[in-house]
Amino acid sequence: MAAEAAHDHGHHHKESFITKYIFSQDHKMIGKQFLVTAIVMAVVAVLLSVLFRIQLGWPGESNSALSFFLGDTWAPDGVLNRGMYLGLVTIHGTIMVFFVLTGGLSGTFSNLLIPLQVGARDMASGLLNMISYWLFFLSSVLMLYSLFVETGPAGGGWTIYPPLSIYEQATPSSGLGMTLWLTSMTIFIASSLLGSLNYIVTVLNLRTKGMKMTRMPLTIWAFFITAVIGVLSFPVLVSAVVLMLMDRTMGTSFYVNDTIVGSEILEQSGGSPILFEHLFWFLGHPEVYIVLLPALGLTSEIVSTNSRKPIFGYKAMILSILAIAFLSFIVWGHHMFITGMNPFLGGVFVFTTLLIAIPSAVKVFNYLTTLWKGNIKYTPAMLFSVGLVSSFITGGITGVILADSALDIAVHDTYFVVAHFHVVMGLSAIFGMFAGVYHWFPKMYGRMMNSKLGMVHFWITLVTAYGVFFPMHFVGIGGAPRRYYDYSVYGTFDSNQYEMMLDLNQVISIFAIIGALAQVIFIFNFFYSIRRGQVAPQNPWKGNTLEWTTPVEHVHGNWPGEIPTVHRWPYDYSKPGLEDDYCPQTVPLMEGEEEH
Amino acid sequence: MKLIVLVVIVLAVIAVAQLMRVYDLSAKLKGHKEEDINLKTNNINAGLMLVFLAVFFGSLFYMLFKYGNGMLPEAASEHGEDVDWLFNMNWVIVFTVYFSTNALLFIFAYKYAYHPDRKAYYFPHDNKLELIWTVVPAVALAFIIIFGLLTWNKITGAPSDDAVVVEIYAKQFDFTARYAGDDNKLGYADYKLINGTNPLGVVTENNIATRLDEIDQLIADNQNTLNGLDSGTTILSAANAVKYQAEMEKMGRIKERIVVMQESLTEEVYEMSNDDYTAKSALYLIKDQEYQFIFRSQDVIHSAYFPHFRAQMNCVPGMRTKLKFKPIFTTAEMKEKTGNPDFEYILLCNKICGASHSQMNMPVIVGTAEEFEAWKADPANAVTQIVGGNEEVEEDPEAVAEL
Repeated sequence: MAAEAAHDHGHHHKESFITKYIFSQDHKMIGKQFLVTAIVMAVVAVLLSVLFRIQLGWPGESNSALSFFLGDTWAPDGVLNRGMYLGLVTIHGTIMVFFVLTGGLSGTFSNLLIPLQVGARDMASGLLNMISYWLFFLSSVLMLYSLFVETGPAGGGWTIYPPLSIYEQATPSSGLGMTLWLTSMTIFIASSLLGSLNYIVTVLNLRTKGMKMTRMPLTIWAFFITAVIGVLSFPVLVSAVVLMLMDRTMGTSFYVNDTIVGSEILEQSGGSPILFEHLFWFLGHPEVYIVLLPALGLTSEIVSTNSRKPIFGYKAMILSILAIAFLSFIVWGHHMFITGMNPFLGGVFVFTTLLIAIPSAVKVFNYLTTLWKGNIKYTPAMLFSVGLVSSFITGGITGVILADSALDIAVHDTYFVVAHFHVVMGLSAIFGMFAGVYHWFPKMYGRMMNSKLGMVHFWITLVTAYGVFFPMHFVGIGGAPRRYYDYSVYGTFDSNQYEMMLDLNQVISIFAIIGALAQVIFIFNFFYSIRRGQVAPQNPWKGNTLEWTTPVEHVHGNWPGEIPTVHRWPYDYSKPGLEDDYCPQTVPLMEGEEEH
Repeated sequence: MKLIVLVVIVLAVIAVAQLMRVYDLSAKLKGHKEEDINLKTNNINAGLMLVFLAVFFGSLFYMLFKYGNGMLPEAASEHGEDVDWLFNMNWVIVFTVYFSTNALLFIFAYKYAYHPDRKAYYFPHDNKLELIWTVVPAVALAFIIIFGLLTWNKITGAPSDDAVVVEIYAKQFDFTARYAGDDNKLGYADYKLINGTNPLGVVTENNIATRLDEIDQLIADNQNTLNGLDSGTTILSAANAVKYQAEMEKMGRIKERIVVMQESLTEEVYEMSNDDYTAKSALYLIKDQEYQFIFRSQDVIHSAYFPHFRAQMNCVPGMRTKLKFKPIFTTAEMKEKTGNPDFEYILLCNKICGASHSQMNMPVIVGTAEEFEAWKADPANAVTQIVGGNEEVEEDPEAVAEL
């Protein structure tokens, strides 16, 4: 209905500044709003990481950057406060996982691409979509605000395990900071659910004529399954968060049993902190794929387009996405091998977790085969896609170690884990997001980003990213626990290890600072190109998917006339018998031509 | 100062934007299109792929070479040897996949860079290939899973009968060890009994009596404050009165729970704690002796991480978790093996537990049985006997006041 209405009035009515740029219901504008908000949040999160990397690289040394950003309260004499260190770590993780890689990634690209690539006038519900963005905005503001409260932001780690996160007596940051964190996350989840429901409905109901499920681009498959995972898992986190709020405010004991906090004896009895861990990771693990799948989807499209080859094993790719999504729901216990969980149950989780490696391996091999005998054009988007495949491999295989409970007890919660998930989920998702922005920028803003700057951005980012996370594996196997303010304890019992940790932490911090500065190139390129970039042609990358058949200037309803009809799958690149090396989905099959 | 920094940044952005403008105009004059990557640029990127591959692999070898001695020394526990063996088996697979797939990725990326004379090979799918790379990882994983679970079952299996029971009690921000003594049975413990003289809440007749007295005193103090009979000179506000009243009622309920518990306790239970003793200065273990550790926590989740013994277990408030291992090298032997005279074993907290998380740890010493007896007897190590029975105990007024 919304789509019909948009069609009727689409080209004429004048929009005011407010309806066009602020309370817009147009999916393209909402996508851009998500992207810009996510960029702002990412800048904050990266800055926070630089601040705590300064402490880790040069522990206890006075630093003017710390006093500049944190002032005397949190960095007296330029030395980072211990509580604030944990606050920085916590908010860095929260913002990156939820606000940048969930809200930012899905919010931007699902919104932008789902209607454009399935051939719809807009999302199923423009209003819900708009509300979804504004809830996201509100939750972002609350999360940032929590950095400025007197007792500091939430500082219990992004996993907010109780009882630490419940009682102010346990740690001051569990006061107002944690309240804001929980409120912000509840609103964020509402936003995410509204978005996901919209994506699911749009993909199922608003596909254009001829757009069978088996003709959908892999981007859409990835967004669709991501939304399904989100709808099934995020509510569990909401319930976990609400129970925690009750423990905090009403004295219930869902997560508390026989505990003394600070010097206060609590009456709460019968609950279990482990219950929270189960609920948290029931979302937490699918969340990894909520972050990862959209990036893989974007990359599938970009790799295929720029290799001028069909993606290898289209159906296997879809099956892999489905298998990963299904398995992601039955592996959460691998985060909890050492919580005293029944070892037999641990064994089951080892089994299911390692199974995920199979569909993941299939995806990697399919990417490699897509590159094989391709004719690869290195646009910045393609460069980042290659980066993604590398980080997906490099980070993925260390997961084999962590999934093995017998090994996990030796490296659990060390920097090895930090390295693993930053490479496999952080880098892959960020690379996918960068690739997506470079590739679809022309569609978003009708202009081109500067490709030379994009290349410089990629190479510095790739090298510094590995420079940060590769040595972390060594620090972790050396036995360095994560979330430590410094490693001075090692100085007293093992000088060999202490020296390595000091050395490598400094290297990591230097790479982190260079890497963070390199992102200025991207941000400059992005905002400069919005205003001044070269005007984009309709189909700059010679792609097959439907979004490249829309006019460069955005119109409400996406296509000025009829919605095009789809006749083929989106991957007819370099198909023998066709003249061009691409063939848009709207081109009817030639006589005698097999579909694929 | 902040203002100057801001001004400099703004000016720098404007300057770069102007430079970009010049670049754009000259590109326009030359008819350069941003979406067309010219052959030379494309080849540079392709070449860089190979360079990166070399640097990537090279950096790994460099780090292995340079920081090999910063890795954890060989496992100092019996199961740790199995873990290390399993690690090595997994490393073989991990490195094989890492090198081969990354190499294929970057070599393909280099080799198949765009060339105007070539057309990409249309190759949408191949069932046989796809089957191969589903089955091969599946087989490799089957190995990993089977060996992993075998080791896991061994690690988590029931301890042998002669395993010595030791409790590790965690609170912000230290650990305490409680040895079960001659009967090898830990006395019961309850958080309601925790006070200055009984930091672990161990159940003894004496501890219960002391704690009940203490609670009575606390209630009486609160009542006095409410009645205006304490030495204070401030006027009690309504809010404070409610607070004192609530505190009083709460302690009353806790007292009731203690009394109910007390009724169910028998002489045998009291006896179990009689020979327990605690140590805070270090956890002393005997070489080749299997230990069954019981973990508890007072306040938040902690994690007892023994890096050298390849062991770790969370300490969860309101729960008892377990872990067993057998140390196989003494500290002295380990000093020799690592060639590091500073070497000590350690127990680290490895679950975020508050601002001083990184300072929460406990030295671990492994020695012989004789050395252990000597260590126990040394007053410097402050090994404390749990006081059972109805003996009089000296109270530490400061610690009592805390609760």
